[in-house]
Order: sequence, then C-alpha cells, then structure tokens
Amino acid sequence: MSSAAAAESEALFRYVLRLGDLSLVLGQRLGEWVGHAPALEEDLGLANIALDLIGQARLLLSYAGEIEARGRSEDDLAYLREPGEYLNAVLAEQPNGDFGQTIVRQVLIDAFQLELYERLSASRDLRLAAIAAKSVKETRYHLRYSASWLVRLGDGTAQSRTLVQSALERLWPYTVELFAEDDLDRAMADRSVAPPLAAVHAAWSTRLDDILAQATLARPGDHPHAWHGKRGQHSEHLGYILAEMQHLQRTYPGARW
Amino acid sequence: MDDRHWPLYEVFIRARGGLDHKHVGSLHAADERMAIEHARDLYTRRQEGVSIWVVPSKAITASDPGESESLFEPARDKIYRHPTFYDIPDEVKTL
Repeated sequence: MSSAAAAESEALFRYVLRLGDLSLVLGQRLGEWVGHAPALEEDLGLANIALDLIGQARLLLSYAGEIEARGRSEDDLAYLREPGEYLNAVLAEQPNGDFGQTIVRQVLIDAFQLELYERLSASRDLRLAAIAAKSVKETRYHLRYSASWLVRLGDGTAQSRTLVQSALERLWPYTVELFAEDDLDRAMADRSVAPPLAAVHAAWSTRLDDILAQATLARPGDHPHAWHGKRGQHSEHLGYILAEMQHLQRTYPGARW
Repeated sequence: MDDRHWPLYEVFIRARGGLDHKHVGSLHAADERMAIEHARDLYTRRQEGVSIWVVPSKAITASDPGESESLFEPARDKIYRHPTFYDIPDEVKTL
C-alpha cells in the first residue's frame, strides 16, 4: 500500500472508531440502569436503547477492524483498548446522574446521531452508508423516547423542571465537542465519506431549539470547550466504565460463553 | 409508582396484516402516548407485531365470574350452532 493510501485508511479507521465508540460507551452507560430504573417499563425502554447502541457499535467496530486489517475483531477493539485509544466524545461517558440527567444526555446524543446518520446514509463509503441507514431507524425511535421524556420532565413539576434544567446546564458544554471540526472530520468531509459537521450542527441546533421550546427549558449558551475525547483525551469517567466492561476479558483472556 | 399516578393500560398487538389485535398483557403509563411507547418496548421487542392498541384498563367492563353459569352454560348443548356444514376454500387462511 502506498503511504498516501495507508494514511487514508488510517484516517477512515479512526473516524469509524469515533462513531462506534460513541455508541458503545453510551450503550454501556445506559446498561447501568438495568434493574434500577424508576419503573419496570422504563427499565426495558432504556435497555432496548442500550442494546440498539451496542448493536451499532458491533457493526462499526467490526468494520474498523477490517479497515485496519491487522486481524482485530470487534471484541478485540471493545475489550482490549486503553481509555486513551477510545475516540468517543466525552459527553457519552458522563455519569447517568438521576433519570432526568440520563434523559438530557440521551436527547443531546440522539439528536446528534440522527442528523449524522441521516447524512451518512448517503456516504461515498457504501459500508458506512449501509450501517447508517440501518441505525437511523433505531435512532429515530431513541429520540422519540428521550425527547418525549424531556418534554414531560421540563414541562412537569417544579422539581422535575429544576432537575432537568440543571442537568442541561451541566451537560451542554460537552456538546461543543460533538461539532468541533478537526483535521479528521475535514478529511472525511472532503472525501464525501462524512457530512460537513457544520451542516450537522445547524440541523441539530434547530431540532434542539424545537424540543427545548416544547419542554419549556432554556437553552444554555455555548462556551469554548476543553474536551478532546475524539482524540483520546477523556474525563476520569471512561476509565471506570472500561474497567467494568473489560474486566472479564482482561481477567480471562479469550473467555467465551 | 402507584395507580393514582400511572394508570394501568391493556395492550393489544396485531401480529401481522390481516390478523386481529390480540390481548398480550398490561402496563403502567402516564398517558396514551407513553402507553404506546411502553407497549412497543415491552411487547414488540421480538418482532411480535405490526400494530399496537392500548386501552385504559378502567374502560373495560368484565363479565362476572359468578354469573358464568347463566351466561355460558346454556350454549353447551347447542352444537347445531357450530357451522360445520360449510366448505372453507383453501385460499382462506385466517378465518
């Protein structure tokens, strides 16, 4: 392989990891709710979303492994990478907090994934387009679920409103990273693999304004961010998530069931 | 959550086009929209259906088990009410 082709494939590998890791880490986080949700019905609802996300991660990490062509499987990539090799935006790894905070995080990421997958369905990379086309249907339901809960809580009691507004203030700054375009994002857009992030941001922003208006919540201001999860620099939370998720494979390498 | 906050709903699922909605169970939800979402999450995870109905449980009037003698037993010896003399065409699958 020429060095230019090698660099291209390395870039695509990292981009696909960004997408896959976002779904994997968020899915793992949502899984923490199983057995603890406020009602049995929500327990199942959150678990369904978690499983959808892990299903997306499996498709994306398998593809990443094939692009890399060093024989790493989806499981190798999920279970045997260090936190610094994970390329998800740090929003996904933020703690569940109360149910309202989980819902706020979910709305922010669901709306992002929806706008992204809709555009990725037309990617020049046909494998990525197929994965996005499958995932976008799931994501549409995820946002229906999370947004309808945000409206209930925001436009609910004084207490539920205060809790989700403060969760929104806490999590909003992390959304800046989702749309902070770097060299990799630009390279993918130039090759028509991915949409320009500015277009995704504009659509996300409009969608969020609409949901927040229905939920009678105030949109926080945008501030410069200092997060670079997409480059592998994470908050302290990711280490704990991976310690739990990877424990079995690290302790009993190659264990199967 | 108690019934005062989240009322009970009965869930009916249509397995595929052409079939009737069948009762599959019940769930708690704050309103109709949430009931549909919960029904989707609880009862259609394994492709059980293509359509969902939810009905507030309190809207259902049930027959009294104590009256089953007078309601149902009189039909027992009236076998001539069973239409056994019709030929059913092979094309009719779901009669």
